[in-house]
Amino acid sequence: MISLPPLAYADLQPLLPELFLLAMAGIILLLDTALSPANRYVSYLLTLATLAGCTWLTLPHLGAAPATALYGMFIEDPLAAVSKLVLYIAVAATLTYARDYLKERNLYRGEFFVLALFALLGMMVMISAYHFLMLYLGLELMSLSLYALVALQRDSAAASEAAMKYFVLGAIASGMLLYGMSMIYGVTGTLYLGQMRSVLQMGAFPSLPLVFGLVFLVAGMAFKLGVVPFHMWVPDVYEGAPTAVTLFLGSAPKLAALVFVLRVLVWGLEPLFIDWQQMLIVLAILSMAIGNITAIAQTNLKRMLAYSTIAHMGFMLLGVLAADRVGYGAALFYAIAYLIMSLAAFGMILLLSRAGFESDRLEDFKGLNARSPWLAFLMLLTMFSMAGIPPTVGFYAKLAVLEAVVNQGYVWIAVAAVMFSLIGAFYYLRVVKLMYFDAPEQSSEISAGADVRLVLSVNGLALLLLGILPAPLMNLCLYALKASL
Amino acid sequence: MVTLSSYLILGGLLFALSVLGIFLNRRNVIILLMAIELMLLAVNLNFLAFAHYLGDLAGQVFVFFILTVAAAESAIGLAILVVLFRNKRTVDVEELDQLRG
Repeated sequence: MISLPPLAYADLQPLLPELFLLAMAGIILLLDTALSPANRYVSYLLTLATLAGCTWLTLPHLGAAPATALYGMFIEDPLAAVSKLVLYIAVAATLTYARDYLKERNLYRGEFFVLALFALLGMMVMISAYHFLMLYLGLELMSLSLYALVALQRDSAAASEAAMKYFVLGAIASGMLLYGMSMIYGVTGTLYLGQMRSVLQMGAFPSLPLVFGLVFLVAGMAFKLGVVPFHMWVPDVYEGAPTAVTLFLGSAPKLAALVFVLRVLVWGLEPLFIDWQQMLIVLAILSMAIGNITAIAQTNLKRMLAYSTIAHMGFMLLGVLAADRVGYGAALFYAIAYLIMSLAAFGMILLLSRAGFESDRLEDFKGLNARSPWLAFLMLLTMFSMAGIPPTVGFYAKLAVLEAVVNQGYVWIAVAAVMFSLIGAFYYLRVVKLMYFDAPEQSSEISAGADVRLVLSVNGLALLLLGILPAPLMNLCLYALKASL
Repeated sequence: MVTLSSYLILGGLLFALSVLGIFLNRRNVIILLMAIELMLLAVNLNFLAFAHYLGDLAGQVFVFFILTVAAAESAIGLAILVVLFRNKRTVDVEELDQLRG
């Protein structure tokens, strides 16, 4: 009979933000059923308050030593704290941008907030997981909430088709991930990431089942990240989902997925880095090539940004495949920078849309400068940052990742990456050209609340500010990895 | 004599069968959902075989969690299927072609 020590309060301490979020999500779910549509803002404000409360509970972990909970299955270290704090901000910004869009489409209901919070809870569990079971449960909590969010617009054929495709491909990804996990469990005899690492360091394992498991694991993670050749779902889901949901699933889950990859490949399987490095090189190069080239042919902005995401995820993986702490730090910086960029880009689409008008075609951005010079300038900053033009944060993020790769002696990968991002600059700059040099087709007033404009302005200017002064954020990323690993 | 590798081969075959079921099936979305269930069960078989062979309970507990999550997953999958059918009046995989490019 195995006997475990009883759970003490101190053992739950690192888990507090998750427990608080879970309780609040339950409360909002119950409370919302009693609210009339006119009082829906109560759920909205409570959701924002929940995020603020989580921030307050997570902040102390930023400077603390790594602490484990739940018998070592859960870890709260600086990496987890930094990622969670960024996620809270991203989700809060998402909800602010999404509010008017949801109201106009009769989607402004409690389900949206509750599903968003449960997805966030899943991401937080993924980020803090120190055991295969926790990784799996966090991933599924996030994915199941996202499937439901995509299908939230029940009368839209495109949204339900997108949800079905997302569901089927997401389920295949989970299946592959689990198959890989089962193989690695069989070889190492443990599900704990830390033990796995020390067992693998001792060496002398049948390498065939191990590599076999690793291939499935990497394929499953590639599906979730949306990198080539496992990217088929990304454009369809981005285009079909309501833009507010696209914004949500195009921002926060990307950072969570990166930390998931780091937990598995670095915390658990770093002794096998020679093997996974090769796989990641193939995935990264293919993603940058196919993402950037296919994006040129798109006329729908959401679809174009989907292919741009694929390319960006490939770029981010360059930092992981450098397989040293500086590289992981650069990948984390890239993920955070990408998060800010995609919030700004989709936030702009949401701001320009109104009832019955999605504003997601490239033509809809024609002559934006004549209608609103400030919004056009913010969009210009976003596009420059995505293309990697200095002095925006996108440039610095790309530079940091390339530096890490070159330091490992992979000059050819860096050269290929620069070539592909030059191709990518074409379609980002096309949006700028449409905004500044074409005559507007839309003449209506842009009806957006002052708070949305303010948040979007801060978001856009953050791209510029972090590009001019990247050192604090870069140091935070490097510190998070050094203090955690 | 039934050895560990017999179980692993069976698990691998079931897994391959479910992947084939997903990619070759062009007719019915419900068959896709069945193939996904089969995929998770193949993984369960793997976990159970390893757990027995290693004498470790953790793998068996993992299987319970996978079964539970699979139930939640099929609930969501069927719900999406109902929404899809209401909008399109069909569950044919070939008809899911509105989004492309």
